Amino acid sequence: MNGLAGLVRRLGGAVTDGVWRLGFAARFFSLLLLYSGQSLLRVHLTIREVYFSGVLSLLIIIVSGLFVGMVLGLQGYETLQRFGSGDALGVLVALSLTRELGPVVAALLFASRAGSAVTAEIGLMKATEQLKAMDMMAVNPIARVVAPRFWGGVISMPLLAALFSAMGVFGGWLIGVVLIGVDEGAFWSQMQAAVDFRFDVVNGVIKSVVFGAAVSLIAVFEGYDCTPTAEGVSRAITRTVVSSALAILALDFVLTSFMFRGQS
Amino acid sequence: MSRTTLDLWVGFFVVIGMAALLFLSLKVGNLASANFSESYVLKAQFDNIGGLKVRAPVKSAGVVVGRVTDIGFDTGSYRAEVTFVVDTRFQFPRDTIATILTSGLLGEQYLGLEPGGDVEMLKSGEAVQITQSAVVLEKLIGQFLFNKAAETPAN
Repeated sequence: MNGLAGLVRRLGGAVTDGVWRLGFAARFFSLLLLYSGQSLLRVHLTIREVYFSGVLSLLIIIVSGLFVGMVLGLQGYETLQRFGSGDALGVLVALSLTRELGPVVAALLFASRAGSAVTAEIGLMKATEQLKAMDMMAVNPIARVVAPRFWGGVISMPLLAALFSAMGVFGGWLIGVVLIGVDEGAFWSQMQAAVDFRFDVVNGVIKSVVFGAAVSLIAVFEGYDCTPTAEGVSRAITRTVVSSALAILALDFVLTSFMFRGQS
Repeated sequence: MSRTTLDLWVGFFVVIGMAALLFLSLKVGNLASANFSESYVLKAQFDNIGGLKVRAPVKSAGVVVGRVTDIGFDTGSYRAEVTFVVDTRFQFPRDTIATILTSGLLGEQYLGLEPGGDVEMLKSGEAVQITQSAVVLEKLIGQFLFNKAAETPAN
């Protein structure tokens, strides 16, 4: 009986804790937006964060995009040529990249490359009481530390996702046209006929902006909320990567069902 | 505040990100060709539109001259009403025939315009009077079977 009571107590504790954190996250987010004005005025802080989360992620995004596109080219051709429509390879590569793979895979990579770094940085600042010291000096840590990192991520993400898709299309072209020998004219013209600017490219960009905001918010919140110990920081980093991945995939489903339902 | 190498890298990052977006919208997408600069609206009623969809191309002699913008149902005549826009560079006579055609055997369906010989041209908002419905495969097969059955004498 004692075991059952303990189980119920733990379950209740976990639920209350989750709701508590959710409420704190909401308050944190509204404070973040409130102080964003101040920190965006000092634009060099945000530029610095664009460098750390965007520029330093360039290599992994470019290389992964290239390889994802090359795999799509190989696998897509393999399947399409069974139906005698190998020429449609460009359509397959471009649509899957601009609609889904570009934003989603780039956001997953971004979460593990840049999100984890942001959490670690803010968590360590908290553990070494730098955030408290800032507060003592009347410097708002949310305006000075958190908001620039958030906006740096939101700005970097769509650019990285676009770069991922572009590199992927290039990789698909490399495999399809250069290596396998799909007709170059058919590859590009069918792609251009099928990919619509408004429905595919713009929706992909909207997705990547939403993912960027979600990943950045999770990263800065987990860092700000972590237990200020070595173990607490490492746990916060793990939570950032896990919950970012879950948030990206869940948001992707929701956004896709809004954007592409009923379209051909 | 002075310029730093960090600014250079961020500038470089933004430039190649924008270049990728431009590549996606111009080379991969069809932004350059999709928007007709000036267009006029036409309508056509069909008994059956088959699998025609909004945004399907409007073609004449195989050339894309416009796009389907809306598909509705007219409760007065119980027919499908297709609204489409045509580039103003292309004018069609009033006795133009609108047909729903399929590209390839199983390809997407499009609206074909076959110009007639009238001297007066269709104006914006007007309806194409002569239309030909989509070919429904099931009806065609049914007709074929019916004819076959009628040919062979029952014995």
